[in-house]
Amino acid sequence: MSLFVNITLDGIANGMIFAALALALVLIFRATRIVNFAQGAMGMITTFIASSLLGQGVGYWWAFVAVLAIGFVLGALVERVLIRPLQGKSELNPVIVTIGLLVVLEGVAGAIYGNSSRGFPAAYSQSGLTVGHTKIAFSHFDVFILGAVLALMIATLLLFRMTTLGLRMRASAFAGEISRLLGVRVGLFLTLGWALAGVAGSLAGLLVAPTSSFGPYYMDLVLVYAFTAAVVGGLESPVGALIGGLITGLCISYVGGYLGSGLQPLGALALLMVALMARPEGIFARPPARKV
Amino acid sequence: MTQAVPSAVRLDGGSWLRRIRLPAQPLGRHLILALGGAVVLYLVTSALSPYNDYEVGEIALYVIALAGLSLLTGVNGQISLGHGAFMAVGAYTTALLMTHTHVNFILELLAAIASAAVLGLLIGIPATRLKGPYLAGMTLLLALALPPIADKWSGTFGGDQGLTTTVPAAPGSVNPERWLAWIQIMGALVTLVLLANLLRSRFGRTFRAVRDDEIAASLAGIQVARTKVTAFVISAACAGLAGAFLGLSTGVVNTGEFPLTLSIQLLAAMVLGGTGSLMGMWWGAILLVYLPQWSTSLSGHFSLGSGASAYLATIIFGVVLIVVMIAAPTGIQGGLRWSWGRISHYRSGSHSISPRVPPRPDDSRPLSRSHDT
Amino acid sequence: MLEVQGLCVSYGAVDALRSVTFQARSGSITAILGANGAGKTTLLRTISGLVKPRSGTVRFSGEELVGNPVENIARRGVAHVPEGRGVIAELTVEENLRLPTLWSMGHHQRQAAIEATFELFPRLRDFRRHHASALSGGERQMLVIGRAFISRPRLLLLDEPSLGLAPIVTAQLMTLLRDRTEGTDLTVVLVEQNARSALSVSQHAVVLNLGEVVVSDEASVIAADNALRHHHLGF
Repeated sequence: MSLFVNITLDGIANGMIFAALALALVLIFRATRIVNFAQGAMGMITTFIASSLLGQGVGYWWAFVAVLAIGFVLGALVERVLIRPLQGKSELNPVIVTIGLLVVLEGVAGAIYGNSSRGFPAAYSQSGLTVGHTKIAFSHFDVFILGAVLALMIATLLLFRMTTLGLRMRASAFAGEISRLLGVRVGLFLTLGWALAGVAGSLAGLLVAPTSSFGPYYMDLVLVYAFTAAVVGGLESPVGALIGGLITGLCISYVGGYLGSGLQPLGALALLMVALMARPEGIFARPPARKV
Repeated sequence: MTQAVPSAVRLDGGSWLRRIRLPAQPLGRHLILALGGAVVLYLVTSALSPYNDYEVGEIALYVIALAGLSLLTGVNGQISLGHGAFMAVGAYTTALLMTHTHVNFILELLAAIASAAVLGLLIGIPATRLKGPYLAGMTLLLALALPPIADKWSGTFGGDQGLTTTVPAAPGSVNPERWLAWIQIMGALVTLVLLANLLRSRFGRTFRAVRDDEIAASLAGIQVARTKVTAFVISAACAGLAGAFLGLSTGVVNTGEFPLTLSIQLLAAMVLGGTGSLMGMWWGAILLVYLPQWSTSLSGHFSLGSGASAYLATIIFGVVLIVVMIAAPTGIQGGLRWSWGRISHYRSGSHSISPRVPPRPDDSRPLSRSHDT
Repeated sequence: MLEVQGLCVSYGAVDALRSVTFQARSGSITAILGANGAGKTTLLRTISGLVKPRSGTVRFSGEELVGNPVENIARRGVAHVPEGRGVIAELTVEENLRLPTLWSMGHHQRQAAIEATFELFPRLRDFRRHHASALSGGERQMLVIGRAFISRPRLLLLDEPSLGLAPIVTAQLMTLLRDRTEGTDLTVVLVEQNARSALSVSQHAVVLNLGEVVVSDEASVIAADNALRHHHLGF
């Protein structure tokens, strides 16, 4: 029984991280109809920068905040430089460009930081908390993960629902042409969407790093799990990303706990295929009926 | 269709290029081109050292995988980031048969093709419902999900050590590397002829119709889903054969041979060669085989560390993907065809093939394809 | 006053507009008429900046519009209600109305403008917090008209507003347009398939055929010309 509880808790913690990265994917997909396959690698690079900063003696929280800011800038930069030139041309070209970026970032990280295995510190203790008399597989760090991602989600939702900035971002994402006709600087808000996604991706990178083999490829699996989470959640909303993240996290955890960790990606693949098949009309870029 | 009698090749002073005629019927054309290619490659490999022959063989095997991928993406419009997985399936099938049975070599290759095709079927069916980015994501996950299976059942699959492969004995005094290269070249030429014929046939038109406009195609009576699955299966089969050949080249098959980067490198190579082109895949294959060496010497030139050179190759692949997509979506082959069109236009004045205009930036079809051969 | 001069627009090899020239006076409604494919929608999309012409000019109040980004043209007081209306279904009715005011109005002014719009279209008030997708065709038309007027445009471009509307609603719409234009300095360019109703409210009309201006004259003159009406306008 306690194994089940521990696996479940582990799934929740992982699921929250997937949710953060899935939020990034959702933000970008909503804004520009692109799946940014480089999002994980972007988070990886910013986390490597954090690692450098920590190595220089910068305090953990300063590095944390700095790297979130760098993620913001990186997201905006990628959108303006790589994605903007391809806008409106074809559906596949931007996908391939993000794959190229993924690979370039991994190569750069490897070239600069090399193969030296380095760890990344966790913000809080990673040993399990004690509930009653038993130690559970949920640590202070896991609580932090939960809190940080929830804070991100809530901040995002508040931004979108309550502010004029959020209104313009939503309008730009849902109806770019119409919004332009109404005087909205759509391009700016699409860039902002990518910038916010960059922050979410950086957060995910920072949260994963302590528990992984911290190398250039460490975000690869997280990305595909986040992709699965985003698809499960519908790719349309932050709430969907959160729900999808939790479902995916739990699924991965159960597969890993009961069948072995090697089969986790396969489990995710199965979940992804089920989610994709369950939509009766398949997945289309945008249902035409929306535009009336 | 009437069988056109192949006109003799006429060499005529300064305008010989214009005078060469090939048979009108596609199969004849392709066979003659393949024959010519075989002769050229035979001469080339005979002149080169065994190690270089080995590399030529590697180029040939990657051409097989790339040609299948090019058909899938360029002609049928589906993207796959998981073709490394199909190669792995082909490689492991062949290796398993070689380890445990004494089946005929050709049958072992056919088994590799068949098993990869089956996986292609399993993936291709759900793939019909997915648009570009979703399919990319699913195949990406496939590329990551499959290799760990071999690690999990390491008893059967040889674990870290992997399984060994044996190349069939070379006849007489022929060098083993050269013999393997010939086998791989034969495989590549056969594959190219088959695919080229396929693309010229009704199948090819169906593939393109589905790529360009699924709704219009289905209104025209085309079975869209079946077409897409067929394309997927064929491309997977090609990758399976290539994987088997790769296993023969390296002598051992283990999961380390098939990381995610392989699938992405295949994509980069295909894009560079020219999405949708067949002959263009030779360029891509050359990139795949020689880039590690070039980047090693390049990083030596700049005195980067030894670890850096492997990463430099990765960076270059990524840059290739980005630059080609933004600046030259038709790849090398497309660029060549465009130049050829311009040259012909200038040479023969106003009446000739109209110059092939490079695809406009507002080309709305998925990727921009150069013509297939 | 809107002055379009020598406007040429191509989509690839197809010429959508061939040297279109006309004027639309302020305080009046100018109808753009013609069959499907005549280039009417392309004309409006070029004026609002969604489409870049190959050559030609579009001057409004002396300012050149061509070459400017769409949102800048909109901020100069050009409101374009596109074909298909352009309701943003994922936003609420109120959010749809707020959107064009964000760059130009402060909070109180915005609230007042939204209330004024609900005065004009009381039906919309009931739906103010609902997603715009819940609206019927006629209600959506009210929403986009309200959305166009809320930013106090100086040039209003309407692409087939009567499409899919019942005749009585169309008549109300046309009356509204006339009331809003008469005696103001608002310039209205109205694209319509329904030439009859368009001619009834406009002062001036331009008839397009295959991208070219066939006739540009007073609406009453065109309405009276039976041969022209039969040939180009179908009634």
